[in-house]
Amino acid sequence: MGVIIIDLVLFGFLVLAALAILRLTNLFAVTMLAGLFSLLAASLFITLDAVDVAFTEAAVGAGISTVLMLGALALTTREEKTLATRRAFVPLICCLVTGAALIYGTFDMPAFGAADAPVHTHVGGEYLQRTKPDTGIPNVVTAVLASYRGFDTLGETTVIFVAAISVLLLLGFPNRANRRKQDEDEA
Amino acid sequence: MSMFAVALIAVFVSMLLVIARSIAGPSLYDRVLAVNSFGTLTVLLIGLLGFFTSRPDFLDIALLYALINFVGTIAVLKFVRHRLLGAAKPQHDIARKTNGTRETTGGQP
Repeated sequence: MGVIIIDLVLFGFLVLAALAILRLTNLFAVTMLAGLFSLLAASLFITLDAVDVAFTEAAVGAGISTVLMLGALALTTREEKTLATRRAFVPLICCLVTGAALIYGTFDMPAFGAADAPVHTHVGGEYLQRTKPDTGIPNVVTAVLASYRGFDTLGETTVIFVAAISVLLLLGFPNRANRRKQDEDEA
Repeated sequence: MSMFAVALIAVFVSMLLVIARSIAGPSLYDRVLAVNSFGTLTVLLIGLLGFFTSRPDFLDIALLYALINFVGTIAVLKFVRHRLLGAAKPQHDIARKTNGTRETTGGQP
């Protein structure tokens, strides 16, 4: 019961932050509120026991995205231009219908944390029993990621590493490279 | 009502006040400070949630949030002050010096 109230309060704050993001025209305030929104989402993930997802949300949403948005903000103005607003009923109805359909879809899902949900009856039990004798790692999630799916994780890490290198190459380190070139020119 | 429930209510009330401050502003530093305080309140919330549900396993995660919050605030403030995170030298005069070799450096300020 208590956890439900906590969830409702956090969702209420989330809606408050989202409405404020929509209504405000000061872009710096919007950026800051987006970071705040991410922290709220991370708190909600924690109430669902998904601490790793929550941590990613906090690091990426509240940390990196805020800095990236500020970087974009440095290239533009501080205030949003307000256009003459027109009441857009068709998009609103589309959103409401889609949202209602998605919520209707959740009614078929098993209850939150139910032991007889399909995800718990398939191979989960097998892993829980065999992880300790197989690998000796106490944390089952870590064992699955780093041992059973070791090559998969290695591939993922490689992809992220290559992506990071590509982004760095695209953005470049202009100062250092140019300074070296400048030194060569002078020499 | 347990002690942790009362503490949670206090944290939620503070969160509401901090959200109000970050919406109302008025100055830039009010908002930076509001988000920083909100991060601290999130740390408290994680700790309290653990003890409220009597599974305080994620207390070390709260420490990580405190670190991220600190680094994030420094990054935002540094950006506000310098408009750049890494380099301190403006880019256009370098492009001018080495012009001809790098003409398309992009329209950076």
